[in-house]
Amino acid sequence: MDIELRAVHARHPASANGTTALHGVSLRLAAGERVAVIGPSGAGKTTLLSVAAAALKPSGGQLMLAGTEAWSQGTAALQRQRGRLFMAPQTPPLPPRQRVVTAVLAGRLPAWSLATSLRSLIYPTDIAAAHAALERFDLADKLFGRVDRLSGGERQRVGLARALLAPATLWLIDEPLSALDPTRAEQAIRALTAFALERRVTLLATMHQVDTAIAHFDRIVGLREGAVAFDLPTPQVGREHLLDLYAQPEGQLGDMPAAARPVTSMNTSPGAPQQPAVGHGR
Amino acid sequence: MTGAAPPRRDPAWLGRLFWTGAALVLLWPMAVATEFRPWVLFAADSRGPMLRFLAAFLPLATGSEFLGLVARETWRTVAIATAGMVLALVMAIPAALLSTRVLSVSALSGRMAPVPAALRQVSRWALVVLRSIPELVWALVLVRVVGLGPTAGVFAIALTYGGMLGKVYADIFESGDTQVTRQLLANGSGRLQAFVYGLLPQNAPELASYTVYRWECAIRSSVVLGFVGAGGLGQQLDNSTRMFAGGEVATMLLVFVALVALADRASAGLRRALA
Repeated sequence: MDIELRAVHARHPASANGTTALHGVSLRLAAGERVAVIGPSGAGKTTLLSVAAAALKPSGGQLMLAGTEAWSQGTAALQRQRGRLFMAPQTPPLPPRQRVVTAVLAGRLPAWSLATSLRSLIYPTDIAAAHAALERFDLADKLFGRVDRLSGGERQRVGLARALLAPATLWLIDEPLSALDPTRAEQAIRALTAFALERRVTLLATMHQVDTAIAHFDRIVGLREGAVAFDLPTPQVGREHLLDLYAQPEGQLGDMPAAARPVTSMNTSPGAPQQPAVGHGR
Repeated sequence: MTGAAPPRRDPAWLGRLFWTGAALVLLWPMAVATEFRPWVLFAADSRGPMLRFLAAFLPLATGSEFLGLVARETWRTVAIATAGMVLALVMAIPAALLSTRVLSVSALSGRMAPVPAALRQVSRWALVVLRSIPELVWALVLVRVVGLGPTAGVFAIALTYGGMLGKVYADIFESGDTQVTRQLLANGSGRLQAFVYGLLPQNAPELASYTVYRWECAIRSSVVLGFVGAGGLGQQLDNSTRMFAGGEVATMLLVFVALVALADRASAGLRRALA
């Protein structure tokens, strides 16, 4: 599914009184494109994904999903459209007593009738598919385990495995690697991007791992203070883009001379955001 | 050098003193209004009748014919409570689902659409009406409609408990972690699908333990309903009290304690199983 955000303004769902988290963000993803959104904490990455998933109504601008304006259609049509996309929050909310197989198969719900959904609670409808999805994340042995007996990283991978079962052609995945060790993270991101390529799924993921984003995604969008700082094919993303993206805003560095600020201060200032690893391995 | 002198008194003390005084002042008119005079219980002229009444409890009635009757009526009481609860669930579950905001697709993105919001209010009000009329009143009405017997008790419990269960279920659904349900809805699941895959497993232990507790309440309540002719152990208790058969009353009260204790064990076991 192709997706387009046109000059989207949005508030963070938690702040009622309205500091806007996105200021006029425009972004277009063709079907099958794999794009990573990077940027410092609080840049509006999660809000961007919520808007793209039609889970958060933008306060201004338009969301186009597969060529139709998402919020101009009725609730039922919008809900059908939500069934064709999959949004994975950073910490997947899973009922603690649910079994992994049920939690993974819940990705299928939009494609299932109510009768099938109920039957699958009595006896899992597609054990093979759930097993295959978990296998890609090295979790096949947990198939019939309970969710609350999993570690944080395992839960996150269960949330990602659910994406593979969703009848979705657009994935919006919020920091898929935040709870994973480097090996698992590499494996998980490979599984996601490979599957997306296989099924021509459009993939929009937010990330903190800049080198992973550069290694696995076709395009990188830098988000800073609710606006797009750069939007470039991966090969064109350079060191200076990343340094600008993660540089501290004016005023937070005290009275350091402006000339000394950009590069050196990032390594020495104790409050500096995590440092981007630049141009790694390419 | 020692620091400043230690504070001479707890700064919270005055506040506590004030609120205790205020509570007493507020309670006083209530005690007057309810003629609350507990010492009357121990006055010389009320001690005699009370002791005689209690003494009549012994010996317990243990005739085989009577015990058989008690067993049948106990079974009938449990049956009234259980059937009433099942009917109450039939009403409470749909009403709770209707009045739960978490399951609203339109509420996902801010305000609930007007029609679902109105429907939600209507179902909330229906639940208020159902539970605000005591089951005793329902029973008195229903005894006239369906005649003396357990049927009136079953319907009376169903109506009041349907209202209570529906309200508390809806509250449980709203108060727990709603992220699971909202994610399922946001990914295009239907409301009922989100309910059985998210909301229900999330809240199952709390729902189960509350339901069992209400079942216990229904057993106790069905005894009270027996006094107005709705059948079961209560009706026998009423008969025996009228005939001053203290031994029979005591036996039935003991059965009763056993029933409530059993419900308590069942609830604990269920909670452990679902934990």
